[in-house]
Amino acid sequence: MMNSPVSTMKSPMYNNDKNPTTGQYWRIVRTIIWKDINIEMRKKTLISALFIFSVMVTLIFTFALDLDKSTRDNVAVGVLWVTFVFASTLGLNQTFANEKNHRSLEGMLLSPIDYTAIFVGKFISTYIFVIIIEIIIIPMFYILYGIQLFSPLFLLIVLLGSFGYTLVGTLLTSIAIRTQVREIMLPILLFPVSMPIIIASVQCSNAILSGANWGQFSNAFNLVIVYDIIFIGVAIMTFDHLIQE
Amino acid sequence: MGMINVKSVSKSFGMKEVLRDINLDIEPGEFTAIVGPNGSGKSTLLRIISTLLRPNSGQVTVAGLDLNTKAHTVRQILGVVSHHTLLYDNLTAYENLLFYAHLYSITDYATRINMVLDKVNLTDSKDTLVRTYSHGMQQRLSIARAILHNPRVILFDEPHTGLDQTNSIILDKILQSRSAAGNTVMLITHDIKHALALCDKIVVLHKGKVEYQERTTQISYDEFASKYHEITNV
Repeated sequence: MMNSPVSTMKSPMYNNDKNPTTGQYWRIVRTIIWKDINIEMRKKTLISALFIFSVMVTLIFTFALDLDKSTRDNVAVGVLWVTFVFASTLGLNQTFANEKNHRSLEGMLLSPIDYTAIFVGKFISTYIFVIIIEIIIIPMFYILYGIQLFSPLFLLIVLLGSFGYTLVGTLLTSIAIRTQVREIMLPILLFPVSMPIIIASVQCSNAILSGANWGQFSNAFNLVIVYDIIFIGVAIMTFDHLIQE
Repeated sequence: MGMINVKSVSKSFGMKEVLRDINLDIEPGEFTAIVGPNGSGKSTLLRIISTLLRPNSGQVTVAGLDLNTKAHTVRQILGVVSHHTLLYDNLTAYENLLFYAHLYSITDYATRINMVLDKVNLTDSKDTLVRTYSHGMQQRLSIARAILHNPRVILFDEPHTGLDQTNSIILDKILQSRSAAGNTVMLITHDIKHALALCDKIVVLHKGKVEYQERTTQISYDEFASKYHEITNV
């Protein structure tokens, strides 16, 4: 008699047995970004919520911290990053919101795509929204705090810092989406994991704006880059496992 | 070997055993109904066959392809209509189908989209946002989404739920046309009468086990209703 066909499936997920070409992969990523941006252009809920939240936080800090110029210069970068982080977290909570209503995420999981394309698409669309908010916040800070924020190196660290934060946030959202308390779960998971990149970004930003030389902030800068690279790898390696039931 | 072959599949969620040693063979082109009371494991079985869920043990093959190693290929030949429409409210019908057409790498997508919209009678409202659609229209669009890539196997999970009579008739016609076109169709339903009228084979799932299966030509409604009551006590 033949052996029993029963096989315990040790693989934690179904394998993607056929790898798409690079062109196909990026077409799918573009499709997911197009879909998210198209929906947001119609709803405008995320951008408006992020805008109102960011303006509120900035104004509250400005009027609450009625400080002299030097103290204000010292706390400005901290306040700026608090605004970035809170606004990004608000945005990240909405990363898979469009997929919740009719379980559209399952629609993507049922299609013959490399699941990491979902992650890359979702990450890029969220990052675009975060950048739009930063484009609004930075000039606002310049006006309210009178700090010159338009240094290329400072803008680079803002982009790299928010890149890492959004990257980890998108990954953790794919875990939080399966829980009943998604809005609470995301910050609980995200804040401890993202602490290194936030601290390093704040240190770098402070040093750049106070005119410190490269040697004084190179370690923090390198930490931001290494963090980003590590989490690109972690996300690509783990997303398949996290997104499947 | 059948088009869908389920061998000794078991599935548990925590301590709760939902499927127990399921064996099922569905031939190519066969229209099979899976019936059973709530909680009998019908939807779990469909989710396993559709690659959304992984069994704890056992083996599932679709078109001879083992889901454990060829899930990606299986997804290319599989269409699923679930409880949920899997659509986006803030996209139009056409945009929803365009999105899925790109995911399935359909090259002649404009032709295919217009063809499936025509099949589900939604051509006139293809540029309307899905959030303004009635439930019946959304369900029909969901079917259009599922057949967009011309799958060989289509799985329907209680597609008649919440439909009025007109939409229910349209749905039946679509189901019959897919079956007539040679597709293998698996329909999960509560409605025994519907299942007997539409399908070639009927399978009763109860408490996670296949308790009975028969060709619909071999049994009358009354005989089956009595058998169903005997098995499920419903």
